[in-house]
Amino acid sequence: MSATFTKAMARNVFYGGTVFSILLFLALTFHTNWKIPQRTPTETPSLEVARGKLLWETRNCIGCHTLLGEGAYFAPELGNVYQRRGPEFIKIWIKAQPTKVPGRRQMPQFHFTEQQLDDLVAFLKWTSEINTENWPPNIQG
Amino acid sequence: MQLQYKSQAVAKPYFIAAIALFAGQILFGLILGLQYVIGDFLFPAIPFNVARMVHTNLLIVWLLFGFMGAAYYLVPEETETELHSPLLAHVLFWVFLIAGVLTVAGYLAVPYATLAELTGNELLETMGREFLEQPLPTKLGIVVVALAFLYNIGMTLLKGRKTAITLILLMGLIGLAVLFLFAFYNPSNLVKDKYFWWWVVHLWVEGVWELILGAILGFVLLKITGVDREVIEKWLYVIITLTLVTGIIGTGHHYYWIGPPGYWQWWGSVFSALEPIPFFALTIFCFNMVNRRRRQHPNKAATLWALGTGVMAFLGAGVWGFLHTLAPVNYYTHGTQITAAHGHMAFYGAYVMVVLTMISYAMPILRGREVNPERSQVLEMWSFWLMTVSMVFITLFLTAAGILQVWLQRIIPNPQPFMAVQDQLAMFYWMRWLAGVVFFAGLAVYLYSFFAKDKPEAIEAGEAHPSVT
Repeated sequence: MSATFTKAMARNVFYGGTVFSILLFLALTFHTNWKIPQRTPTETPSLEVARGKLLWETRNCIGCHTLLGEGAYFAPELGNVYQRRGPEFIKIWIKAQPTKVPGRRQMPQFHFTEQQLDDLVAFLKWTSEINTENWPPNIQG
Repeated sequence: MQLQYKSQAVAKPYFIAAIALFAGQILFGLILGLQYVIGDFLFPAIPFNVARMVHTNLLIVWLLFGFMGAAYYLVPEETETELHSPLLAHVLFWVFLIAGVLTVAGYLAVPYATLAELTGNELLETMGREFLEQPLPTKLGIVVVALAFLYNIGMTLLKGRKTAITLILLMGLIGLAVLFLFAFYNPSNLVKDKYFWWWVVHLWVEGVWELILGAILGFVLLKITGVDREVIEKWLYVIITLTLVTGIIGTGHHYYWIGPPGYWQWWGSVFSALEPIPFFALTIFCFNMVNRRRRQHPNKAATLWALGTGVMAFLGAGVWGFLHTLAPVNYYTHGTQITAAHGHMAFYGAYVMVVLTMISYAMPILRGREVNPERSQVLEMWSFWLMTVSMVFITLFLTAAGILQVWLQRIIPNPQPFMAVQDQLAMFYWMRWLAGVVFFAGLAVYLYSFFAKDKPEAIEAGEAHPSVT
C-alpha cells in the first residue's frame, strides 16, 4: 500500500465503514422484526406451541436433526415433517424409539406423555407453516 | 530468554488448557465420525447429539482459552506495562476451566433434559439451541469471566501504550462479550429466536472473532518479521474494515430460508459474496510481511503456522463459504454436508490455526527459551502438515458427500428420503473418518513435540555446554 494512504486514514475508514454497516443492519433488523408476525402462523405462538418448543430444546433435538436447515446433519429435516409424515406418524415414531436395528442410527426414548407429544406436534405444525420462501426444495427436506 | 513482562506468564496455563481441550474435541470428533457410518456406535451411552455437543462446545471453550491466553501474553508487551492483575487472571483461569469441565461432564453424565432441570433452565429457558447448549449457570459463568477478563485487559490498556493491535483486540473481545448476551434471548417465536441466535453465532465467527484473529496474527507477524509497525497496523485496519463491512450485512446469508423477508436473499448474497475479500487480504498480508521480513526468526514453526493461517482461513472461510453462499445455490445446499465441510475447514483454518500460531510463538518463550530445539520444531511442522492436509481431505470428502446428498435428495426427479441418501454416502463418510484418524495422529505428534529434545549427538555437535557440577 502506498505511503499516501496512512494508518490514520485506514483507521477512519474502519470506524466509518463499521458504523455505517451496523446502522444499516439495525435498520434491516427493525424492518424484518416488524414483518416477522406476517410470516409466521401467529405472532405469539400458543401455549401448546411454546411448550412444544421447550420440549424440542430440552431434548436437544437440534443435536441430530435440522430445523429449517439449521442444526446437525445426522437425522432428517423436521421443519416440514408435519407435511411429510403427519401428526399421528410423528407420535408413533417417537414412541417407538430406539429402533435398535443393528448398525442403524438410533434416536433415544424420551418417555413423553400424550400431552407432551401433542405439544411437540403443535410446535412442528407451527414451524411448518412459517413462510420459508419455499424452502426446502421438496418434501424430503 | 526471559519474558519482557513477568505477568505474561499467566498465559501459560491458558495455552496448556486450550491444547488439552483440543485433544478432547478431536477424540469426540472421531466418535461422531464413526457414528455416521456405524449408527449405533456407543448408543445409548453416548448418543450422537451428546458427542456433538461435547465436540462443538469444547472447540468454543478451547478457542476462548486460546484467545484469552493470547491476550494475556500480547497485551503487556504491546502496552509496555505489567498486567493489571495477574491474580485475577489466575482465578479466572480456574473458574473457566472448572465451569467448562463440569459442563462437559454434565452432558455426558445425565440426559440433557435432566441437566436442564438440575440447572434451573425453567428460570430462563436458554438451553437446547445449537452451540448454545450450555446450562444457565455456565452461560452466566461465561459472562462473569468475560467481564472480569475485559476489566483486567482494559485496565492494563488504560495505564499503558495504546497500539492499534491492542485496540483491535479489545474491540473484538468486547464484541465477543456483548454479542454473547443474545444467548439469553430466546423468544417463543422460532423465527425471532433463530434471527437473534445468529447474532451470537455469525457475528462471532464472521465478525468480532476476525478482529481477534487479525490482532493475534498481526502481533506474531510483527515479532517474527520485524516489519515496521505502521505497515502492519495499516494492513490490519484495512482487513478488519473489509471484514465488518462484508460480514455484518453478510449475516443475511443465514436469513434466506428461516422466515425473514425475501429481500435478505439479495442483501445476504451480495455482501457475503464479498466476504472472501478480507480473507484474501489476510493471505496477501501474511505472505507480504514474511517476504519483507527484516530478520530471520529462528522460530520456523511459528512462521509456518502464521502463513498456514493466511492460506487456510481463505480456503475454508473464503472459498468454501462462497461455494454455497449465493441464495440460488444455497436453496439446494442449505443444511447439508456442504455446510459441515465449510464449517470444519473454516474453523480450523481461521481460529484453530491462529491460536496454534500464537502458542507456537509464545510457548517457547513462556518456557524460558526463544525457540524450541530443532527436533521439536521439525516435529511441530510435521504435525502442521499432518493436521492441515488431513483437514483438507476431511473437507473434500464432506464436500463430495454433500454434492451427492444434494443431488439425490433435492435435485433428481424422484428425490429420495434422507436416510436412504445417507446410506449411499457411507463411502465418503468412511474416508472422512480415516482422514480424521490422520488428523488425530497429527495432533499426537503435535503434543509430543512439546516434550521432544534434540538428540545427544546433535547437542554435542552444537555449541559447547557447561558440564554439570
